[in-house]
Order: sequence, then structure tokens, then C-alpha cells
Amino acid sequence: MFGTLRTLWLTFLHMGHRRETVGYPEHKPPLPPRYRGRIILSRDPDGMERCVACNLCAVACPVDCISLQKAEQDGRWYPEYFRINFSRCIFCGLCEEACPTYAIQLTPDFEMSEYLRSNLVYEKEDLLISGPGKYPDYSFFNVAGVKIPGKDKGEAEREAPPVDLHTLLP
Amino acid sequence: MATILIDGRACPARTDENLLQACLEAGADLPYFCWHPELGSVGACRQCAVKQFSGPDDKTGRIVMACMTPVTDGAILSIDDPLAREFRAGVVEWLMINHPHDCPVCPEGGECHLQDMTVMTGHARRRYRFAKRTHRNQDLGPFINHEMNRCIGCYRCVRFYRDYAGGEDLAAFGAHDDLYFGRYEDGALENAFSGNLAEICPTGVFTDKPFSAVYSRKWDMRGAPSVCAHCAVGCNTIVNARQGSVRRVLNRYHDAVNRYVLCDRGRFGHGFTTMSTRPRAPTMRQDGLPVPVSIATALDRFAAMAADGPVVGIGSTRASLEANFALRALAGPARFSTGLAQPEHDLTLLVPALLRATPARNPSLHDMEAADAVLVLGEDVCVTAPRLGLALRQTLRRAAYPAADAAKVPRWMDAAVRMLGTDAPSPLLVLTPAPTDLDPIAATTHRAAPDDLARLGFAIAHRIDGTAPDAPDLSEPETRLAGSIAATLRAARRPLVVTGLHHASAALLHAAANIAAALHAAGTDPALSLVVPDGNSMGMALMGGLPLDAVRAMAREGEIGTLVVMENDLTRRLDAAALDDLLSAVPHLVVIDHIATPLAHRADLLLPATAFAESGGTLVNTEGRAQRFLPALAAELPLQESWRWLQQCAQAAGTANAPDWTDLDQVIAAMAREVPALAGAADAAPNADYRLDGRRLRSEPSRISGRTAVRANISVHDRPLPQSPDTPFSPSMEGAYATAMPGALIPFYQVPGWNSVQSLNRFQQEIGGPMRGGDAGTRLLDHDRPHDWHRDIPAPFTPAPDAFLLLPAPRLFGTEELSTLSPPIAARATPATLRLGTLPPGLQDGDTVRFTLAGERIALPIRHDPTLPPGIALCPPHMAARAFATPVRIRLHGNDTP
Repeated sequence: MFGTLRTLWLTFLHMGHRRETVGYPEHKPPLPPRYRGRIILSRDPDGMERCVACNLCAVACPVDCISLQKAEQDGRWYPEYFRINFSRCIFCGLCEEACPTYAIQLTPDFEMSEYLRSNLVYEKEDLLISGPGKYPDYSFFNVAGVKIPGKDKGEAEREAPPVDLHTLLP
Repeated sequence: MATILIDGRACPARTDENLLQACLEAGADLPYFCWHPELGSVGACRQCAVKQFSGPDDKTGRIVMACMTPVTDGAILSIDDPLAREFRAGVVEWLMINHPHDCPVCPEGGECHLQDMTVMTGHARRRYRFAKRTHRNQDLGPFINHEMNRCIGCYRCVRFYRDYAGGEDLAAFGAHDDLYFGRYEDGALENAFSGNLAEICPTGVFTDKPFSAVYSRKWDMRGAPSVCAHCAVGCNTIVNARQGSVRRVLNRYHDAVNRYVLCDRGRFGHGFTTMSTRPRAPTMRQDGLPVPVSIATALDRFAAMAADGPVVGIGSTRASLEANFALRALAGPARFSTGLAQPEHDLTLLVPALLRATPARNPSLHDMEAADAVLVLGEDVCVTAPRLGLALRQTLRRAAYPAADAAKVPRWMDAAVRMLGTDAPSPLLVLTPAPTDLDPIAATTHRAAPDDLARLGFAIAHRIDGTAPDAPDLSEPETRLAGSIAATLRAARRPLVVTGLHHASAALLHAAANIAAALHAAGTDPALSLVVPDGNSMGMALMGGLPLDAVRAMAREGEIGTLVVMENDLTRRLDAAALDDLLSAVPHLVVIDHIATPLAHRADLLLPATAFAESGGTLVNTEGRAQRFLPALAAELPLQESWRWLQQCAQAAGTANAPDWTDLDQVIAAMAREVPALAGAADAAPNADYRLDGRRLRSEPSRISGRTAVRANISVHDRPLPQSPDTPFSPSMEGAYATAMPGALIPFYQVPGWNSVQSLNRFQQEIGGPMRGGDAGTRLLDHDRPHDWHRDIPAPFTPAPDAFLLLPAPRLFGTEELSTLSPPIAARATPATLRLGTLPPGLQDGDTVRFTLAGERIALPIRHDPTLPPGIALCPPHMAARAFATPVRIRLHGNDTP
């Protein structure tokens, strides 16, 4: 008897509270930048693709919904194709955690519903954005040792100039 | 057997090994870099430090390098000791100081020994804040990528390349921090085993260049045990495939055959499986034009053809036993040809007969390494069977063992043993018409024409055992040479005689057999190795069949209604006129092949077969070891295995007793019933019913990625993966996998914590020993027949004044049919030249000469090679003239100066 009255009273008290439920889609709630929504591929500050096709996102993915193939041009690795099957994706963010180049990022966008599952298969053209996303300054090739156009051996961060093998100096 | 205590655990160990080996065999995780089971210990990297205690009362102990410390009975050591752990952590931190931040863009990532060892040591955070040393890379040719920044200076590459494989163009340059491993200038690595650097290098300095172009991480590729078909050695390989294409070929350890090393032809020769010109649909000739048709139409067409007259089948020495057997079943044993023309047919069939009748061991490659005297008679093994040549090279290392044993230096102490062995006499005696790669390390070399070499061989046999026939009319130097070689072989305990079909000379084979028999009579333990040309030449010899010449005779008599040629390019076997004769006398030509050969373009019906990567089968190697290869890819219709095509053809044609096989094991069982010599082939590998822990074996690593996305662009719906009835492998990562699985069924090497190929240690009973689950393959040939001396001694070779004896000089790259189609191999194949020992008057080095060879008028630049005997010329087979493969006399027509 007391319990029933108490429940009625608590419900009555909520009449004065601010409403948490919003009228989506007319009203869109603000989402934090680290919200785990639609996955994108970003570019480095030079505008080149950040993804180096290392396959770590694919192997970290618990539902195996990422597939890609490595290609290479002038020492730069990039994905020949990069496919995410969002009909399988659970938005866990492990791909972003695994990514050594900050290329793959989750964004605060979740409005991806489709009538056809096949429309949820995103290719590289659908995933690639034109900016660096959440990490504006990072460029993987500036810290890696490989040579790419515009960055010779020894020109990365904290690298000495290439060894001269012909010198006789100790 | 000794017992050692590792962290309080008593473990069995052998006293002829070092502590590192003992720890690894005991299953302990002890990191190391510079030690390699085949290269021994040099103590360069200091990574395998453990603490050893002098006795139970010693609580302090001392740090020792496990790889440099011999096992002693009762030794007490600790891997977990805090001081040893700290020492190893310090070492790996030093090694990592200059290592670049490359792992995401490094092809070694995910199967990197350095990654594994760094994780094992616990080094996770970089403390060094200063600049990293960098190096410029070199272009090392079409096989190997170079990225020197990643080097940790373990010296494995040069120890393998120079000390083990005998290469000279890779060396260590610079010192201390500047240490550089490379060539003196850019250029392709010359050694035939350069591809192994990708597996030997513990990190990503040397990586597989063709693989990098179609790169996939190790965990993403399906693996299947396979057997290399690019020569008759039968090296065991692992084929890695992904998304319907072969990505790379890796070495698969076989204790007795290839062990840790694969030649470049085998490693990079798989490109023919992904050729764009490959036949991918049945093609029927209509109004003179090839038209793609369905399988049913093709089989109907075959049935119509078969109604026109008898079917004759031409098999192939590059096809599996099963494919050849299916063709034999379709055509009937009396109408089945080996696909070899004379004299190669008779010689190929002679080889197993000789091996059976000669009282000598028929050695495996590992057995050859232990020979203490080796006579190479006529065969240039370094190109006809490269891995066998490398095994002969290792006899030099064995020659150092007596000195090492006398000095009480353990045999695994590599640098010291090699130093002690510098004065040891070489056990190699090389008698060939032309220089070989073994010459620089041979004790004796001798150049002569094949017939003269055979005569010398007979003379050697006679000088070992007087009852053997002697060669008459030997010259004085030849008599002396025969005497000294006979004395050397006689003095050896395990002499080895090697020859082969290189010069298509029965006399050489007979002479070698006589020598081996004489050595046996003289009380030594001799071995006789006969090298055959193709991957399944020996299988074909055991199966038997008609020579091509008999098929030509049948065609002339009008006894052939339909000629079925399977995986055999007859343009390489018969010269153009003979082939035209044959084909014009045959109403219907059916070709079954997986490459677009010139013959396939002339076929009335072309059926697309599967290559080795898409089918299972058995090959018999040159020592008569039947070995099974299994599919890494599921063949998609209309591609089918040759035996499936042939079986369907037999059924379509309504042949009496047409086979109704549904899987490979049924073909093998039928073959074992009908060809007794091949009955043992059924035991080459466990059959498709094999289960480990009640489950199929997995063909993909457990961590394969992208399963729900890789086909999503085609369909988002899951489909059941096609299950091959021919293998015990499941098509996915579901299934059993264990270090004790049979050696014939290992799809990849991986154990927790060991992702690189170095994890192989866990799959062996002992390091360098047989596999835990038993070695792959089964031997079909051993001495079991009475022996008699061979007496067909040829007359001496007399050079004609205006003619040359043209010998085939096969190339490592560019001669073997399938590998030549592979782009990296094709890039290393150099154009053909005519090498002459003596220049005819009026001709100079570099001039172009014209001559007729195998029915073709050809022009070739000449190269003067004074090391050749007079009257001898050399030309690569199948290159200038497609059908040229056996010695022939040629006459040079004039000259054009270019």
C-alpha cells in the first residue's frame, strides 16, 4: 500500500522536471566530438590520404567488417580499395584505437539508415573526407623512416642525415 | 641425453647443442636474433642472455649467452632471473634505438621476428630522445626490397648469403653505428637463393618485392601446403592466397629435402597462376575461330570427337600423377604417352631402373649434405636442380667438422668452425662440359664433352673396382685424372655420385651407376643421385607410357581420332615440322592446360585446367619421393582440375568403365590399384578424411580479417564457403591447428608469441630435425634389384673442323616453362647467346651467326668462352629454338656483323 502511494508520488513529482526526451529529428541533440558514429578516413595536413593500408583496423575489428588491399606509389602505401560494411559495424571504435596514423576516425554522425543493406557498404570514396579530422597536425610519414616524394631519408622528425658509406672518418 | 634445469624445470637436452636450442626445444620463450638453426651461433646480438649457476649452492650465477654456451648435463639456468631479464631488456632497447617507426608500412609487420622479440622482452616505451641513424637503400633487383633503416645488425643476411649460399655480391660495409648490408652498387642480387633473405632477415630490411606489389598481412592469407614444380627437387612450399589469387610462396620445412631454404625460381615462379592470358573458359574452334563455350557444350563436343576414332592421350612431366593417371584411364594404357620425345623418354624411364638396380643409397638432399666426397658427372646441378646444388655446397661445411671436433669446437659455433675448415680439402669433384657455380669451391674441375666425361666415369669405376669395364684409349691426362678421382672416392666413407639428364646421355647415367656400384663393392657407403628435368619426371617414369615418337607413328597410320594433350606444350618437345606432321594427321586436337601455350592456340577444343595453387595432386621428386600439394584456392568453374576434365570427358564419351571419381583420394586409390609402382603415393599425405581433434584443419589464421566486408561489394549476404572434397582443410579459420599436425598438412607457421617463420622451432621434434607430426611425403624408390655392370662405353668425342656439338645450357631463370611466365623471373632471364669454346676463323666475340636448330633458322650473338672444350657450343634450351633440348651437331652458316 505504502509502496504504491510512494510510486504515484514520485511520478507526480516528475511533472515539474525538465524533459530529457527531445523531438528528434526536428530537434537534434548536441553530440560530443568523441561520439562513436559514422566512420571516416581522414587526410594528413598535406591533403594526402592518411591511411597506409596497414590492415590493423581490419584485424582489430571484432565483426570483421573492414576489408582493404594495400597499394603503393613512390614509397607511400595507400589502400587500393577500402570497404566498410556498416550493416555489420557495431561502432565499437576499436579500429580507431588500432590505427597508427589517425586515418580512421569515428564521427558524431549516426544518421545512416538505409532501406537496402547493400547501401550500407561504404567504399573508400564514401569514407574519405578532405580534412584531418580530430588530429589536425599529425602526419605519419613525418615520423616514419621510409622515403616518399618530398621527404628524403633523414628528413623525418628526429632523424640524422643518411650515413655516408664512403667516408673514412670514424 | 643430458638433463638441464631451466627455471627449476628439468628438461632433456642433447650435449651437441647449445643452451638456446635446448631452451627453445623445451618450449621456453627465449628471445634471440643472430642465431639461426641452419647458420649456427656467432653471439653477435647478445639477446639470448640467461643466467647460469655453477651448482645448486650457487645463488649468484652469471650471465651467459645461451647460443654460445654448450649444454652440459645438470646445467642450471634461469631465463626468468631478474638480472637476465633486465639484461635482455637493455639489449633490445639498444637494438631498437635506430629502428624506424615503420611497422605500418613494412611488409614484415605482423610476421616480424623483431616485433615478436621486442614484445617478448617487454620493451614497450621508447626512452631514447635523440636522432635516429638513417641509410640510403639500394635497388636489389626484381626479387628483393631493401630498407636499411630497419637493420639491427645481426649479420644473418651476409652469413646466409655468403657463407651458406656462396654468394659474393652482398656484404657488410661500414662499422659501428654505420653498419650497412648491401651490394657495392645497385643491381640485382646474383645468388640463386637471394629470396631467402626475406625469411632469414629477422626484420624488414630484405622483403619480398613481388609479394609487396600484391601485399597482404600474414594473418589475412589462406595457406596451403604445396610442392614446388619448377624443378625435380620437390621443395616443400606454403602457398599464400587471398581473394582468389596467389600472393606468395614461402618455404615449408622438410627435414630431408629443402629444410630452411628455397631457390628464387621456386619462390618467385608462381606468377603464371595470375597471368591475364590464362585460359579461363572452355574454347571450341568454330569456323577457324576459338569461341568460348559452356562446360556442357565442350563435353558434348568431346563426345562427338571421341566417336570419330580412338582417343590418344599425351601426358606431361609438369602435371600431377593424378592428372596423368586420369588421362591414362581415358585413353587406355596402350594409348597413353609420357609426352616425352626420344631420347628423353628412354632416359627418363632409365633413371628409376638404374636407381633400383644400383647397390647405392638414393640420397635425400640432407643426406647429400653429409657426403665426404662428391663426384658431379656432367650435370650442372646449380641450374637444373638449384637446391640440390646448394646441398652439395654444404658438404664443404661438413669437411670442417673433423678439424672442429679435434679442436673441441662445437659444430654450431659457426664462425670458428668455418675458420678451422678453411684448410680442409673440398670434397667436390666437378666434371662438366661447361663451368658451373660449384667450380670455385671444387677440389677438381675438368671440362670435356659429355661422351668423354662418360668414358672418364667408366674409367673411374674400373679403377675403383677392377671388375668394372674400363674405357679404352684414354689419354694420359684422363688416365691420371681417373686414377686420382678413383682414389679420392675410394678413400671416402660416404661418397656421392651426381649426374642427370642435362646432356641426354645414357652413357653418363651408366657411368655414374658403375661408379656407385664399384664404390659399394669397395666397401664404402655410396649414394647415387640422378637429376631428372621436371617436377614430375620421376612420377611419369614410374607410370610409364609411349614416347611421342610412337604417337607420331600412330598418327601417320591414321590410328588417332582425337589427340588429348594435357598440360604439355608440344612445341617444346617436337620441332615445328614434326609437330605439323603430327597435328595434320590427327582429326581432332584437345588441349587441357592452365597456361596459354602456342599449342593451345591450335586446339580444336581447349579446356581450362587449374594450376598447382587451385588443385591437389602428387609429384614425385628426383629421389622418388611422392609429395602431395593441396589447393590454396577454390577453383571457380569452369576452371577444373585436369583429372576432373578427363573424367568428365570419359563419361561424356561413354568410355567403357569410365571412372566415377568424386574426389582426389579416389583417383589416388584407383592409381594405387592400377600402377603398382605408384601404390606408395597414397601415403604421401593424410587423405581428406584426416581430422585433428575430430575437426578439419583450418586453412586461414584464426585472426583473419574482413570476412563480412571482403565480398560485400558483390553481396552483403553471407554465403557458405566452398568446401573442397580433396583436402582435410576447412575453407575458413574454423578448425584445428597444432604444432604436432602432420608435416604434409601445415598451412602456415604460427604459435602464440611467435608470429614469424621462426615459430617453426615449435613444430620440430628437435631443432633441425623431423617435424613433430611426421615428415611429408613417402619414398617410392630404393635399391631392390640385382646389379650388373653397364658396358655401353661411347667412343671418344672428336671435334669436327667445321661443326660444333651444341649442348643445352639451361638457365636458372628463363628455361623452365612455368616460372618463365612469372614477371619477376622473366625480368631476370637474359637473352640467349651461343657460347663457343673455339671461334671459327673470321668470327669474333659478339658477332651474330646463323644456323639451323630444331628445324628453325636462328641467328644468335656468339660469346667466346675459352673454358669450354674444343668443338663444344652451348645454347640455352627452349629459348632461341623452342624445341631444342638435347645435344645436337650444328654447322654455323657465315656471319653477319651487327
